[in-house]
Amino acid sequence: MTTATTPRDAVPGQLAGEPLLKVRDLTVTFASRGRRAVRAVDGIDLDVAAGSTVGIVGESGSGKSVTSLAALGLLGKRGVQISGSVHFDGADLLNMPDDELRAVRGKEIAMIFQDPMSSLNPVLTIGRQITEILVRHRGLSKQEARDEAASLLQSVGIGDSVRRLRSFPHQLSGGMRQRVMIAMALACAPRLLIADEPTTALDVTISAQILELLRTLVAETQTALVLITHDLGVVAGLCDTVHVMYSGRIVESAPRRPLFAAPEHPYTNGLLASVPRLDQPRGIPLLPIPGSPSDTLPWAQGCAFSPRCTRREDDCLGGPPPLAPVGHPAHLLRCMHPVPTGERRV
Amino acid sequence: MSLLEVRGLKVHFPIKKGIVLERTVGAVRAVDGVDLTVEKGTTLGIVGESGCGKSTLGRAVLQLEPVTAGTVVFDGEDLGALKGAALRRMRRRMQMVFQDPLASLDPRQSVSSVLTEPLRTHGEKGPFDKRVRELLDLVGLPATAANRYPHEFSGGQRQRIGIARAISLNPELIIADEPVSALDVSIQAQVVNLLEELQQRLGLTYLVIAHDLAVVRHISDDIAVMYLGAVVEVAPSDDLYEAPLHPYTIALLSAIPIPDPEVEDRRERVLLRGDLPSAADPPSGCRFHTRCPFRQPTRCSDEVPELRVLEAFPGHQVACHWAEQVHSGELQPAQGSVAEPVEASAGPTPSGPAAPPDGLGLVLP
Ligand SMILES: Nc1ncnc2c1ncn2[C@@H]1O[C@H](COP(=O)(O)OP(=O)(O)O)[C@@H](O)[C@H]1O
Ligand SMILES: Nc1ncnc2c1ncn2[C@@H]1O[C@H](COP(=O)(O)OP(=O)(O)O)[C@@H](O)[C@H]1O
Ligand code: SF4
Ligand SMILES: [Mg+2]
Ligand SMILES: [Mg+2]
Repeated sequence: MTTATTPRDAVPGQLAGEPLLKVRDLTVTFASRGRRAVRAVDGIDLDVAAGSTVGIVGESGSGKSVTSLAALGLLGKRGVQISGSVHFDGADLLNMPDDELRAVRGKEIAMIFQDPMSSLNPVLTIGRQITEILVRHRGLSKQEARDEAASLLQSVGIGDSVRRLRSFPHQLSGGMRQRVMIAMALACAPRLLIADEPTTALDVTISAQILELLRTLVAETQTALVLITHDLGVVAGLCDTVHVMYSGRIVESAPRRPLFAAPEHPYTNGLLASVPRLDQPRGIPLLPIPGSPSDTLPWAQGCAFSPRCTRREDDCLGGPPPLAPVGHPAHLLRCMHPVPTGERRV
Repeated sequence: MSLLEVRGLKVHFPIKKGIVLERTVGAVRAVDGVDLTVEKGTTLGIVGESGCGKSTLGRAVLQLEPVTAGTVVFDGEDLGALKGAALRRMRRRMQMVFQDPLASLDPRQSVSSVLTEPLRTHGEKGPFDKRVRELLDLVGLPATAANRYPHEFSGGQRQRIGIARAISLNPELIIADEPVSALDVSIQAQVVNLLEELQQRLGLTYLVIAHDLAVVRHISDDIAVMYLGAVVEVAPSDDLYEAPLHPYTIALLSAIPIPDPEVEDRRERVLLRGDLPSAADPPSGCRFHTRCPFRQPTRCSDEVPELRVLEAFPGHQVACHWAEQVHSGELQPAQGSVAEPVEASAGPTPSGPAAPPDGLGLVLP
């Protein structure tokens, strides 16, 4: 699988032609004693080119978070089986010693989550938390780190930044906290930023500010961005490539324009048909996807979406459909009966 | 006559200090002078960001919050003047649908018992088997659901149960507070369509409260946009996207992502500065002036704008001193509050990416 490369410069030190992050056949199974094993992620391939923005969309429980957590070694070891490979700039993340992996995560790869409170220390000022990173990973002196922390806050749109450094996380609004998280994530100029539902908990006007901030940052710093969201609208404006996940697998991937112009998978098309669009006449009826995400079939038996799919035929139940190119070589689809042009909702 | 008329409604929650001698030191002005009219058989949508007073407004209409000032007139009766049995009789004509209707219910209560509880509370005598079957059928659930328990159902089905319960007493008005926001995207449309279908079949009137403007616009005939306890614009849903008149509405609309790259890349975004101010101490004059990209040196910070109708837009009300000039383009948003369309800066242009909006000037390592 390839990802469309962006016209941005390659980052020095990177293997020619290799993506910055390369995930192959990543599979994650949760198996705790006495409970049925859950295959949360089921053979994911993912390429993230340096400087590009990649979107992962899907409903809750489709495996978006587990994919990124497993790739970065953040799932823990107990009751989790992980297979496949994850390479960052050529280095094998799944088989790296813990301390090395922690160093990569602190410096080269950063993550932000839906709930910044879960990653911020409630009893330390945000200034303390940012300067610690700068001292540890960039070797700045205390004073240099304080100045740098203030300018980082400034750069993510937090005014009066010197005073703000003395705030505790609970004294900030949700949008402000997310800005702090972004400042912390960028403190070490990472080459990859993974943002897992960064705006889901925020109001729409604040969400627009944060997305605009991410857009500007990745453009200016050449940081690659993996944006995880359930909101198709968010990826439409931000991502070079989009992967749609369903029940632990990618069911469709494409550069964003072909994906939205010609959604081939009944699930992708179904999602687009079920949300009202502000820019279209109000009377257009919404076409819901029947059933619920829990009506799923194990992939081994056939297409997991088949219980909800209006295009299902008998051949959908003969094992998992392969993820294969349709039309454009970068447009991949896992479906036996793609949506014909006339029935697409675009 | 309209089915629901709200005039000058205020709900202020006192802020108390002191443990032994409690003193009132101020008030959260959750709802601060709201006028609304809902015609029979229509849907009024209420949108606005969290904390702007939507839920409090909905509850105050049902007299479930202490009303500080103003009136709520339902079918000609001033609800504030009613007490006891008279109020109860009116209340059964108005029901509420919640985000997660079953969160507060006893998990040992069967669906059938959940659905008939309102009937029993209002003194109706069973058997209710036929009514339960009717209700389940109306909301698209199988009759066998009656003897099962709410937790056995998915989120979408649970909302169907919540809706069935709300219509069990044959109400005329339904107040739905974030009815789909807890549901997965693919399920939201099922519930939206059900609400629309029930409105047709039962002649219901809706007050739909939600933060998702796209969903509200789809379902509503008219939309009231709230900001910090006040209504800043009321418009027919069809006009809102075409001709938003209040700067807050303009910013709200431009903040909502549209799932179409072609549209997204061409859109200009009006970004708001900062966060929602405190409802305990709303800004003077126009309460939006601290974040407004169109703020003017005169009037905005010291004169409260009234909801008014512009000549060119009958049926559309707006509370902004400068709505005409904003709409005509005579006034432009302040520098730095507009994010240029991506298309204008797409590709490696010699001048680099578009200038970031105010406060996003980058000083990165
Ligand atoms: N620690 C865990 N133990 C068991 N199952 C888990 C765990 N974390 C996630 N899962 C399951 O894995 C699936 C994918 O979860 P997740 O990646 O969080 O979904 P998403 O981020 O797309 O909403 C879900 O079915 C979830 O219940
Ligand atoms: N019972 C209460 N006591 C004090 N303040 C309240 C109470 N209920 C709501 N508020 C405050 O009133 C404002 C409006 O709240 P709410 O109506 O829930 O807003 P929305 O539904 O638009 O999110 C908020 O500032 C909220 O904190
Ligand atoms: S493979 Fe079959 S069941 Fe699955 S999405 Fe395609 S048509 Fe539907
Ligand atoms: Mg997740
Ligand atoms: Mg609310």
